[in-house]
Amino acid sequence: MITDLIAIIRDYWLLLLIGQYPNGPLGGLANTLILSALSIALAFPVSILLALARLSKWTPLRWPVTMLVYVTRGVPLLMLILWCYFVVPLVTGTDVPSFVIMLTTLVVYQGAFLSEVVRAGIVSLGHGQMDAARALGHSYLGAMRFVILPQALYNMIPSILSTFVSTIKDTTLGYVINVPDLTFAASQVNNQLLTQPFQVFLILALVYYALCWSLTHVANRIERRIARRRAGTVSATISETAQATKMITEQP
Amino acid sequence: MNGFDLSAILSNPEFVSMLFHGIEATFIIYVGSWSLAMSLAILLLGIRFSPLPVGNSLVAAYVSYHRNVPTLVQLMLWYFGIFTLMPDWLTGWLASHNAEVIFAIIGLGLCQAAYFSEDLRSGLRAVSPGQMEAAKALGHGYVSAMRFVVMPQGVRNALPPLVNHSVSLFKNSSLALVIGAPELTHAIKEIENLSFRTFEIYLVGTLIYLFISLLIMAGGAYLSMRANPAVGGHA
Repeated sequence: MITDLIAIIRDYWLLLLIGQYPNGPLGGLANTLILSALSIALAFPVSILLALARLSKWTPLRWPVTMLVYVTRGVPLLMLILWCYFVVPLVTGTDVPSFVIMLTTLVVYQGAFLSEVVRAGIVSLGHGQMDAARALGHSYLGAMRFVILPQALYNMIPSILSTFVSTIKDTTLGYVINVPDLTFAASQVNNQLLTQPFQVFLILALVYYALCWSLTHVANRIERRIARRRAGTVSATISETAQATKMITEQP
Repeated sequence: MNGFDLSAILSNPEFVSMLFHGIEATFIIYVGSWSLAMSLAILLLGIRFSPLPVGNSLVAAYVSYHRNVPTLVQLMLWYFGIFTLMPDWLTGWLASHNAEVIFAIIGLGLCQAAYFSEDLRSGLRAVSPGQMEAAKALGHGYVSAMRFVVMPQGVRNALPPLVNHSVSLFKNSSLALVIGAPELTHAIKEIENLSFRTFEIYLVGTLIYLFISLLIMAGGAYLSMRANPAVGGHA
């Protein structure tokens, strides 16, 4: 059993790592990482825009975006992939590689999920910050840019990392539309071997486990550090009296 | 493609019956895996709170595996991997009893049990230890203090994440498509192949999924309102 695993890794490690890269498209673990990193990098600005739109006082902006977020959260990712598989080539008018379709899907999906995190981060800061920034002469956008978002986004770093982990897990669904990622490479290996499906998929599970476990571990450490830092600054800079005024100013 | 025509799908009895079979299979997978996940989660919680240190780390390993490996890979490992290692009599029995649906229930249920047990655990940990002591001082035993004092508060704390994870379990039931279970997404794809009315059938499927997801969320909101009338009444 163990020798089987080692033999499979020895024979196919390159295919699992980069797919058929020099002779074909980049695939395997490298593509999984590129796809998840790209989609989180694109989903992040999208999520800030969506969150600002949902907090906007302007109804024609708030309503459609709220609906988009609810629909995205209420529908399986697989259904969303099918939609993009159908809509993206229709809009662009050309044949789009499955990698781009999966990227679009993940940006929409994780953008909607992250926008809830951003929104919660902004709301949890309270009115006081916005009022104070406006009183100091910032415009709405200036206050958002220089006062609200830096605080909200700093507190969000752990959530962004855990979203990154779930994005890595979500890229596996690209298998359905044949995105050449790690799962796809593993099923190619399985098709070549035919006799050892359990070993092949066990290796696949172990690779994902190692990847996601270490990222979760990093996220937890950063979360602890941020919590410690926030607790530290509060006790160091805000005295008893300041605490009391803070409670008054943060009344809703 | 000619113009938008929903009736091409909805007035065709063959497509409607395919849709209903899909919904039925999705429902079976959802209810089956939810029940499996919840009972297993309670069992895992019991092992976690038992004094055995081995049990605690075993459960932690179980939770860690199921949370860090993609659900799809877990399903593939079950259906393509473990299925082939089973003895012949079992394989034969499973193959004649809708193996895809059974493995979807097992895979999704075992995976979701990890999430449910963590939700319940953090809900129970949020109940202050004073509650248990007070209940014991009033003459409750351990079990009855758990049953009447600690558990109701813990479950109430755990309700929001439990509802969220119930919704995501419902959405994850679509993953059973990959191992060939005849569930709703499978039916949608099949109808698309037969009718070529991609937009219409995807719209119908999206609305069905959305409706059931919102139904589960509404059920959760109702439950938490009943469990916590003071808060729910105002919110």
